[in-house]
Amino acid sequence: MPTAFDPDLLAVFVLAAFLGFQLIKRVSSLLHSPLMSLTNAIAAVAVVGAIIILGEEHGGPLAKVLGFVAVTAATVNLVSGFLITDRMLKMFKKGPK
Amino acid sequence: MGNPLVEAAYLIAAVCFVLSLMWMSHPSTSRRGVWVGEAGMVLAIVGTLLLKQVVDYKLIGAALLLGSAIGVPLAYLMPMTAIPQRTALSHSLGALAVALIGVVEMTKLAAAGAPLSFASVALAFEMLLGFLTCTASVLAFAKLQELVTTRPMVFPGQKLVNLAVFVTAVGLAAALALHPQSGALLIGFVGLAAVFGVLLVAPIGGADMPTVIALLNAYAGLAASAMGFALSNKLLIITGALDGASGFILAVIMCKAMNRSFANVMFGGFGQVAAGAEGGGEARPVRSASQEDAALMLENSTSVVIVPGYGMAVAQAQHKVSELYQALSGKGVDVRFAIHPVAGRMPGHMNVLLAEANVPYEKLIEMDEINGDLATTDVALIIGANDVVNPAARDDPKSAIAGMPIIEVDKAKAVMVIKRSMKPGFAGIENELYYLDKTHMLFGDAKDFVAGMVKELAGAKAGH
Repeated sequence: MPTAFDPDLLAVFVLAAFLGFQLIKRVSSLLHSPLMSLTNAIAAVAVVGAIIILGEEHGGPLAKVLGFVAVTAATVNLVSGFLITDRMLKMFKKGPK
Repeated sequence: MGNPLVEAAYLIAAVCFVLSLMWMSHPSTSRRGVWVGEAGMVLAIVGTLLLKQVVDYKLIGAALLLGSAIGVPLAYLMPMTAIPQRTALSHSLGALAVALIGVVEMTKLAAAGAPLSFASVALAFEMLLGFLTCTASVLAFAKLQELVTTRPMVFPGQKLVNLAVFVTAVGLAAALALHPQSGALLIGFVGLAAVFGVLLVAPIGGADMPTVIALLNAYAGLAASAMGFALSNKLLIITGALDGASGFILAVIMCKAMNRSFANVMFGGFGQVAAGAEGGGEARPVRSASQEDAALMLENSTSVVIVPGYGMAVAQAQHKVSELYQALSGKGVDVRFAIHPVAGRMPGHMNVLLAEANVPYEKLIEMDEINGDLATTDVALIIGANDVVNPAARDDPKSAIAGMPIIEVDKAKAVMVIKRSMKPGFAGIENELYYLDKTHMLFGDAKDFVAGMVKELAGAKAGH
């Protein structure tokens, strides 16, 4: 883990936040509910951090138990998040012209 | 840096997530957005499994399976009316995962005997946001599910108590960052952060839920970013920033749509004071209309604008409303829906319900767009909405909702309001709209009343 502040990481954060603002601003208000469940699913990429903790060979019991709960919780989010977003989006249909 | 293959997988995953949000901008491309997001997620997970320190595949596999076994039914069995609750629940699960990772990483730091470092500060921040978002979201879920009262929970000195708890929690976070080894500090800090989450949401009423859910979304994102800083993981930083930006923008949109500030939503205790002030008051005469009269009026108009609100969701009336739309459209009436940004319990709630009921999305019109057309609209039909159509917001600077942008239904040639009784809405504010000469009150349950009108329309053979 980093002991000192890394300005590169801050630059990544600032640019990503800026990009996020630009992207989200363009999302039609029609889709704000599915947008929220989609970003929720995407944020479940935190599962990556949980997998590392759970997968380490010499993790203590605390790391194993909390890691297991964290992987499970994040997996629930990413699976249900993507599926329910798609379920919602499927319902948005254009009328017959 | 570690394994170049993993780094590449993470980079591509980040690009996938950006594309996913980009394609989310419009219904025609949005499903593609979900697929590319899923692809990014698979890449990120597979990449992580390739890391050489990750060896315990059995436990990981079990957790992934268990999570999927819970997640799949959650996604398919959840009724669309419960989307706000599900969202709150997933905020709490996501925040819990992030917070627990923070705890483990902090104990690892402690075991290594590390003193204050950048990582310990980032981890303290991650845990603070994670735990408070987790408990705050659980309470938001309980309120949305009506397991607890949807009214603001207030007590004397609340703001002071909240401030004291928050300051103490931040103080403990700082102390913990300085002394990662202290188990007592860790436990005390986790407890306080969790308590603060509950205190944060307690004073917030049901109608403010859209803003709060969006704000919790932003917090969950920031917590994930903080984890990225602690682990030097750019993928987590980027994803957290995207998620945070999304929640923040939605929260700002919601606040603007109510002409209120973040501070006012979070600390206002809105709906509490006003309800007491307007309780009594003599009954004033209103015009009411029967299902038959209302159906006839709708049938004989050229353009109709329907304004749905949370009441439509509560009455589960969206399918009947869609039938009404179909019946009127079949008779050549131009029917559109006016959607206020804060209608319902989360951003976009009404759109999802009406889309589910098969209303084409191009008929769902934003407030700003429809307001210009209302003067030429024959009938504005309000179903389960109240404050978002209250002209007092525009005309009465003393009103509790003064300045809140409204759907200006009072400009339509005629107004119909489906309502159970004359009881005031969530904010407890009288609505002058109901007493206008051109307003017809349609008393009854939204679902039953609309169903009655649909029957009338089907029965009346002589169309126009």
